[in-house]
Amino acid sequence: MSEPLVLGIETSCDETGIGIVRGRTLLSNTIASSMDEHARYGGVVPEVAARAHLEALQPSIDAALAEAGVRLGDLDAVAVTSGPGLAGALMVGVGAAKGLAVSIDKPLYAVNHLVGHIAADILTADSAPLEYPTIALLVSGGHTSLLHVRDLTTDVELLGETMDDAAGEAFDKVARLLSLPYPGGPEIDRAALDGDPNAIRFPRGLSRASDLAKHRYDFSFSGLKTAVARWVERCEADGIDVPVADVAASFREAVVDVLVTKALAACADLGVPRLLLGGGVIANRRLREVALERAEAAGVTVRIPPLSLCTDNGAMIAALASELISSGRRPSTLAFGADSTLPVTEIQIAEAVPA
Amino acid sequence: MILAVDTSLGTAVALIDADGARRAEVGAADPLGHAEVIGDLLVDALQEAGDGDVTHVVAGMGPGPFTGLRIGIATARAFALGRGLPVIPVPSHFAAALTMLETETTPFAIVTDARRREVAITVFDGVDADGIPVVVAETVLVRAVDADAHLDGIRRIDVTTLSASDLARVGARALAAGRTLTGDEPLYMRHPDVTLPGAPKKVGT
Ligand SMILES: [Zn+2]
Repeated sequence: MSEPLVLGIETSCDETGIGIVRGRTLLSNTIASSMDEHARYGGVVPEVAARAHLEALQPSIDAALAEAGVRLGDLDAVAVTSGPGLAGALMVGVGAAKGLAVSIDKPLYAVNHLVGHIAADILTADSAPLEYPTIALLVSGGHTSLLHVRDLTTDVELLGETMDDAAGEAFDKVARLLSLPYPGGPEIDRAALDGDPNAIRFPRGLSRASDLAKHRYDFSFSGLKTAVARWVERCEADGIDVPVADVAASFREAVVDVLVTKALAACADLGVPRLLLGGGVIANRRLREVALERAEAAGVTVRIPPLSLCTDNGAMIAALASELISSGRRPSTLAFGADSTLPVTEIQIAEAVPA
Repeated sequence: MILAVDTSLGTAVALIDADGARRAEVGAADPLGHAEVIGDLLVDALQEAGDGDVTHVVAGMGPGPFTGLRIGIATARAFALGRGLPVIPVPSHFAAALTMLETETTPFAIVTDARRREVAITVFDGVDADGIPVVVAETVLVRAVDADAHLDGIRRIDVTTLSASDLARVGARALAAGRTLTGDEPLYMRHPDVTLPGAPKKVGT
């Protein structure tokens, strides 16, 4: 099967993503987001997300099939995110994927969400194929991970990840400190427009020499968030208006600096002159700017999939399964569940053993 | 054949003929792990049922612990979608009531665990002309310790597993009578467990 037609189901966080690919060709990337329902709570509420997935699944599958111009009977396989992510949200997708695969009697591939983010890149038809090895920096509201990818389907290693908040979460929390709405990323960006990124020197988490020994590629954003909170409180105590633009710009600079510094350190240490960016926070323009600028200076090539494929989506899940199929991997058995802490080394879950 | 799937308690999957005869019934009593077992149970049930086309899918809509409950509904809907079949939503307590009606006199209360030290209670009394158990007191959540006082002498039947065949039969009877027993929304009985954010906590200096 050289060009498998695969439908991917992604429900690990607040986006119900249904994607359809044929081989490396994207046919549909349908997303229903429950973001608006979370806005009033200032962050993703797992139960709200899970309820929304159940409601959105069927209409999203219908919409994806219509857009792709294919029927369920045409599919060669179904793919689903098994983890990592929110357990209750993942389970809705797992249940649906199993029901669908059994119904149409097609193989099912259970795959890793984070590796899916990397697979999104292969759907970019007009760019040259992804070269290995590559360092991948995946940043979203749910994860902040630095990976060493030697092969998409067989060999992905976790170099480091966040010890506390995900970068996207830090944006949301700091936005709240500055009385800005949810989601925080675009709001901080807007607020930072006229700000001076060097106005306040906020801390760079896990970047001191003493931290680097143990956490060279790990991230921490909770100290940064606390530093911003202190700063805002001090302004209030002193009766000064909070210089929102400067705080936003300086906070964002601290996040971007630590992300890019650690990613490029990995490139240098491992002798890998390639960096792939993924995850919803890549929508942040300043992050892309700084990454491109500093990578160029370091002789590192940066790849950024289109933003619609960077945020959580089903197309990347279908794409990963498509690559697994093309490389001869057997389908998953039906005996897998949702794994909220699935390690990145488990690219496919529950691959069937040969009979 | 009519396929029924319910994950409001354990995981239950069954197929019945149009006349109500059981073709297959499989299940797992574990109140967790629905996502892990649902696919194999579905395959087992279809295999056990043998030849014949599935014409309708009955989904058990709860009440039940949300996370598990949703898995069965998602599976039922996706299976139906895959074959272009209609879904018949049925409150899960109806299945337990139909089972109990074979041996028990009514009225009685079907009582299931709702977690957080609460139980879900529905009171039934006999069946109607369509063969569907008659609800005399709609499903409510009650603190487990208050359940007996709440029932005030009505016999309680605590249920920890249910028959998907009976769920399918209730669905078939509702279909035959052109009745809708519940909507598309699961019987959550509770709002999502969230509080609106207040002012950010002070961190001090
Ligand atoms: Zn993601």
